[in-house]
Amino acid sequence: SGRGLAQGLSGMTEEALIGGPAGGNVSLIHVTDMHAQLMPVWFREPSINLGVGAAAGQPPHVTGEDFLRLYGIEPRSPMAYALSSADFAALARDYGRMGGMDRIATVVKRLRAERPDAILLDGGDTWQGSLTALRTNGQDMVDAMNLLGVDAMTSHWEFTLGIDRVTEIVDALPFPFLGANIYDAEWDEPAYEPYKLFERGGVQVAVIGQAFPYLPIANPRWMFPNLSFGVREERMAEVVEEVRAEGASVVVLLSHNGFDVDRKLASRVPGIDVILCGHTHDALPEPLMVGDTALIASGSNGKFLSRVDIDADASGVKALRHRLIPIFADVIAPDPEMAALVAGHRAPFAAELSEVLGETEALLYRRGNFNGTFDDLILQALMTERDAEIALSPGFRWGPSLLPGDRITKEDLYNATAMSYPAAYRSEMTGETLHVILEDVADNLFNPDPYYQQGGDMVRVGGMGYRIDVSAPMGSRITDMTHLASGEPIDPARSYTVAGWASVNEGTDGPPIWDVVEAHIRSVGSVTLQENDSVKVTGA
Amino acid sequence: MASIKPRVKAPKTASAGEVVSIKTLISHPMESGQRKDKDGATIPRQIINKFTATFNGAMVFACDLEPSVSANPYFEFQMTVPETGVLAFEWVDDDGSIYTDEKTITVA
Amino acid sequence: AAAAFAASGLPAFATADAAQEAVMAFTGGVAPGEGGVTLTTPEIAENGGTVPVEVAAEGAAAILVLAAGNPSPGVATFHFGPLGVAMASTRIRLARTQDVIAVAKMSDGSFRQASNTVKVTIGGCGG
Ligand SMILES: [Mn+2]
Ligand SMILES: [Mn+2]
Repeated sequence: SGRGLAQGLSGMTEEALIGGPAGGNVSLIHVTDMHAQLMPVWFREPSINLGVGAAAGQPPHVTGEDFLRLYGIEPRSPMAYALSSADFAALARDYGRMGGMDRIATVVKRLRAERPDAILLDGGDTWQGSLTALRTNGQDMVDAMNLLGVDAMTSHWEFTLGIDRVTEIVDALPFPFLGANIYDAEWDEPAYEPYKLFERGGVQVAVIGQAFPYLPIANPRWMFPNLSFGVREERMAEVVEEVRAEGASVVVLLSHNGFDVDRKLASRVPGIDVILCGHTHDALPEPLMVGDTALIASGSNGKFLSRVDIDADASGVKALRHRLIPIFADVIAPDPEMAALVAGHRAPFAAELSEVLGETEALLYRRGNFNGTFDDLILQALMTERDAEIALSPGFRWGPSLLPGDRITKEDLYNATAMSYPAAYRSEMTGETLHVILEDVADNLFNPDPYYQQGGDMVRVGGMGYRIDVSAPMGSRITDMTHLASGEPIDPARSYTVAGWASVNEGTDGPPIWDVVEAHIRSVGSVTLQENDSVKVTGA
Repeated sequence: MASIKPRVKAPKTASAGEVVSIKTLISHPMESGQRKDKDGATIPRQIINKFTATFNGAMVFACDLEPSVSANPYFEFQMTVPETGVLAFEWVDDDGSIYTDEKTITVA
Repeated sequence: AAAAFAASGLPAFATADAAQEAVMAFTGGVAPGEGGVTLTTPEIAENGGTVPVEVAAEGAAAILVLAAGNPSPGVATFHFGPLGVAMASTRIRLARTQDVIAVAKMSDGSFRQASNTVKVTIGGCGG
């Protein structure tokens, strides 16, 4: 997509997107969860994103028209397209792709032209999620972020490159890789720098990093066996006290906790002025205040960048202004320097990236608590190519979308699957085991205590339907499990052939998922999907 | 079990009356007695069942261990250092073996 | 998601009664009081084979740690000498989601108890 193609955006300018002059004396720039998306993408936000307990009905658990009403966004407007899911395919034609590292670089340069010492913070999930990141072990993203001029980052999927590669990258980074909650598992001592102090605008600004608390559970712990994570609320309180004692007037938490975890943390740990939220991929047009703490959610996949202008003196934060900048790729000019770097990293893989595998008649997207059409495609591929009765696919929140009529390239396929433990296993599971798995994952998503939430979506299931009461306690949320092919209830004692991918177990056997899905796309030629109504939701 | 090796982290110096943290690790499988081998036979229990730390001969910290303690048992505890002295550690194995280590803490 | 399902058949678990019996054996039949014991455990175990547990109870002479849902509830008993501070950390095995219980024997002969639930999960998934 070139500039100026999106008819709906005629008249919109970079200046209008970026907003007025920097206020105050300290500026933060936040990007997070880019998942290695160097190029502009389509990315449909979820239509179902349920909150439980105190978070029920609260942002970010508000979608569709409710979301637009809550924030006073005009339906079908550019911001409605960017932030919600209604009419996505049609609005995508009007407003074009979003993101792209070269566009982000342009915005960062413009912001720094006004405030040269703006602090650029990367919330993590940066080095994973594309073919080029997979092939270069994240080097394409590392080089791009270095050129962008990051001042500090935190992490999650970074560690799925394996600890040796992470150490190699971190040792060479020109900025700190922060994680107050990352500990050496053997001696229980901090393993990474917890924070960095920046002197800006005459005050000290502390940036504390918090990595994803559940890395060894959600991802393969054998890839980083000597590290321990966790929410570690007491540790966070100690670090906040420590930076205040060192003279910080502004305390920023660069977090990969997930939004609901951050909301709870903010209510229990005093002294944090701003939490830059990540992991759960929410995009909110304004801060959510918890007491005096501003929670800021800057989206994912390069769609948005947040600027936060703060007026602070020695006594603390006086005022804060936030702007969620949508990166409309057809409005923002590519930065030539970054565009050249990106082109250089893509060039060795050009033939592979552009290889057409088929096309899609359906809108393919991933976000949503229970299913997404891209996952439906992956599940179909697993069942047909691996000859399985039932398929399971993780509830990942990364992976851009494709519009009806789009060709599916190898790049598109890898954008939805590229990771370091892709084996598509095939095994036997009893109905009882399937129930245990669904209950376990449901509790990771719907436990009313945010500190027990891991921030993904529900495991996607092919070949089987079920009913879920999201408000029920663990062990009794999932009922009416049905084998769709036969229409029979799932028998707890019977063994079913199950295919899946992304097992966290070491030594899982099977072809990489991208080969399985490629074979399926090539055999069908054109992807068509039935509406998926196999999950019945209650208690929301 | 010749490969079993204790490791200790303790400060070399302290001020009189200071409370210090001590960390210990010992490599040991802590065989629970509940696992079966590939032929279905129960693997006999063999664990570290007792850990003791003394300072100049006086008991500071001790622990009785059951099979639910993890492999490579880890302990962290704290003590007040009254004077220069020797902190001695002892791990007792089910097979009767005793593993030891010691650290001198100097009060300046 | 849907990852570590390969776990084989579950062993027979202790009942809550077994944990209660172990508490009573430690206290000599006295029901422990609440408060005065700080038990720190993770919300979710990163690895059920090695779960960090920290206990502290000012003025305690000994602290018993139990895992109420393990095949056998006993885990460890800490003893503190006059130079020792009544706190300790160790790492324990938890066979499934369950309560970890700490019972402190205070120097006045009374007993106090705290308990935390630790979730042991299958894992997988992510944002
Ligand atoms: Mn992410
Ligand atoms: Mn994440």
